[in-house]
Amino acid sequence: MLSFIGRSFIQKIITIIFVSVISFLIIHLAPGEPSQVDPLNPKFTPEVVERFRKEFHLDEPLYKQYLFFYQDLFTGKTVSWKDNQSVLKKIWERFLNSLPLFILGTILTWTLSFPVGIRSAIFRGGLYDRSATFFSYLLISIPGFFFAYILIILVVTRFHVPVLGMETFGISDASWPSVAMDRIWHLLIPSVLGATAGIAVLSRYVRSQMLEVEGQDYVRTAKAKGLPPDTVHYKHALRNALIPFVTMFGLILPGLIGGSVIIESIFSWPGIGRMAYEAILARDYPVILTVNFVSAVLVLVGTFISDILYMVVDPRIRI
Amino acid sequence: MIEESASPPDYGLEQPLAPRRTRLEEFWLLFRQNRLAIMGLIIFILFFCIAFTGLLLTSGSDPVFDPSLVRLQEKLRAPFSKPHLETLRPNEIPTLGIYLLGTDDLGRDVFSRMLQGAWVSLTVGFVAVGISVIIGIFMGGIAGYFGQRHIRLDQVLVTCLLSAGAALVFFNQAKWGAVLLVLGHAYIFYLLLMRLIAVRKIPPKRFELLHLDTISIDTLIMRLVDIMLCFPSFFLILTVVALLPASIYNIMIVIGLTSWMGTTRFVRAEFLSLREQDFVAAARALGVDNFRIIFRHMMPNAIAPVLVSATIGIATAILTEAGLSFLGFGVPPPHATWGNILSDGKNFIFDAPWLTFVPGFSILVVVLAFNLFGEGLRDVLNPKLRERH
Repeated sequence: MLSFIGRSFIQKIITIIFVSVISFLIIHLAPGEPSQVDPLNPKFTPEVVERFRKEFHLDEPLYKQYLFFYQDLFTGKTVSWKDNQSVLKKIWERFLNSLPLFILGTILTWTLSFPVGIRSAIFRGGLYDRSATFFSYLLISIPGFFFAYILIILVVTRFHVPVLGMETFGISDASWPSVAMDRIWHLLIPSVLGATAGIAVLSRYVRSQMLEVEGQDYVRTAKAKGLPPDTVHYKHALRNALIPFVTMFGLILPGLIGGSVIIESIFSWPGIGRMAYEAILARDYPVILTVNFVSAVLVLVGTFISDILYMVVDPRIRI
Repeated sequence: MIEESASPPDYGLEQPLAPRRTRLEEFWLLFRQNRLAIMGLIIFILFFCIAFTGLLLTSGSDPVFDPSLVRLQEKLRAPFSKPHLETLRPNEIPTLGIYLLGTDDLGRDVFSRMLQGAWVSLTVGFVAVGISVIIGIFMGGIAGYFGQRHIRLDQVLVTCLLSAGAALVFFNQAKWGAVLLVLGHAYIFYLLLMRLIAVRKIPPKRFELLHLDTISIDTLIMRLVDIMLCFPSFFLILTVVALLPASIYNIMIVIGLTSWMGTTRFVRAEFLSLREQDFVAAARALGVDNFRIIFRHMMPNAIAPVLVSATIGIATAILTEAGLSFLGFGVPPPHATWGNILSDGKNFIFDAPWLTFVPGFSILVVVLAFNLFGEGLRDVLNPKLRERH
């Protein structure tokens, strides 16, 4: 166990170094420079551009820029080129905004997809199963932005509540129940949107896992013994079908920072995805690289946790 | 009794023993039972025809349906509405006599724009997936077939030499870069020459260090896959597309280059198990060369999961392209794509809902068709599931 942890730790360090190099190269080898973003602006005289380039080490060779950047990142000194604010602080603020969306979305995904999937598996081939299958394909295939507009039209014309942004402008003077309702409405639709694809995929996965286990000999034995169907389904089958899902807890982790660019732009939600999008538009390299780096670290930590969980849950796995 | 036993029992030897149905017929019989998948296939074929005729009818200097013709006096007309003939010049009258799917905020005919956009969606899906499948088969094939071989230290050094040389040339230090490049190529030439004249003597002791094994090819490729999987894919695509000049080809290439990892894993896994099978050993014993073993004997047996993931990959690529167009990073205007028709129409969502719903539903239907078809393929090609149903 310890040797596995040690080995995979070293492996992940090497991976993250390569990720940092590749993302740095991708960004810096692309044509154009951040100092050329706005060449027509009269404030950008050649001297200013030169000072700008010196300030951010843009006049150094590439490998020195790389070292400077990651040195700054690890000492927490990276600043955004756009507004000179600390990047880590910016990310943290946006992360707090994205967090409620992420939490609600995850809860919706995990609580809805299990009942749907289990029921489909138990009544395989029935009307319920077939319509659930069709609907999950529908939800996988619908473009997120299109679904967002359908939901906006529906909610705005039916319930007459504003949904864009994090809260209605100027509502903080109102009484607290209406403020709370307002926050919930604003939170609900983006999180439902974020969860739809997850619900569809996860419920299909639950269904196939359940079917796999229901075909096993011990389930047939349990049925043959004359146990009540509920006991067979929920005690014998479900508990064994759950094993792969324990490991998926680790894989949720990257979603913490991956806040959807499209959904956050549509709903003007000031989250991480939107910040990354704005950074791309402004060629704010420190922000782009930091978001990329943090999310790569989260992916690696997530796979690590899921490996460990798998070993804990399933004693047959020995690495 | 005696007569009966004398006549040889009929084992059916007169009939041919081969299965009566070919593989394709077998496949079709199974596939036909899956009604959703059949529907997907039909929509897929329809979409293909529409996209192709759309390309023919909307391109050229004098297209039948002109998608970029602006008629400001006819803006935001509802679907099926008749044009006001008295305000239009003769060449501005829509080909069909009515605005079949309405017009947008510049009075352009949405039907022609949808026709033009269909071809973009189709080519983005197919070319991007083509790129990713080619890379995936290549990498997965190498990792699965040659994976156990090790890379020698001298090969690593030569690669470093060559890339350092290329980097130096890139950064305007052509002299040193050229020296390094020439050195590297000279060594490769030397190796090839040695192999050609087949000198298989043991290298002298002082060069032994150069022939040290470093890592296996399999490890190298799978670590590369791990690295690629670390990137948040939509964010990476968005970054690259935003930094590169806007063009449809860049989008295809970028989507293709960021989605080959799944195919690589499938092909590698299939190759690892196929390599141990008897027919491969027999082919190798017969002296069949590696290239033929890989492409003639192993690839047809490993292609099923690749086909399935490619079909679903097309759906994902179409969605990604629509998302990029929606954010304004897609094909540059005035060329229409389904994503940017929707993106332009979002400002008129309450006044002109057809600008949102027509492209939205088209994307939905096409992507759904690809997904259903892919899942149907998966069911038919998977022998385990076949027995169960």
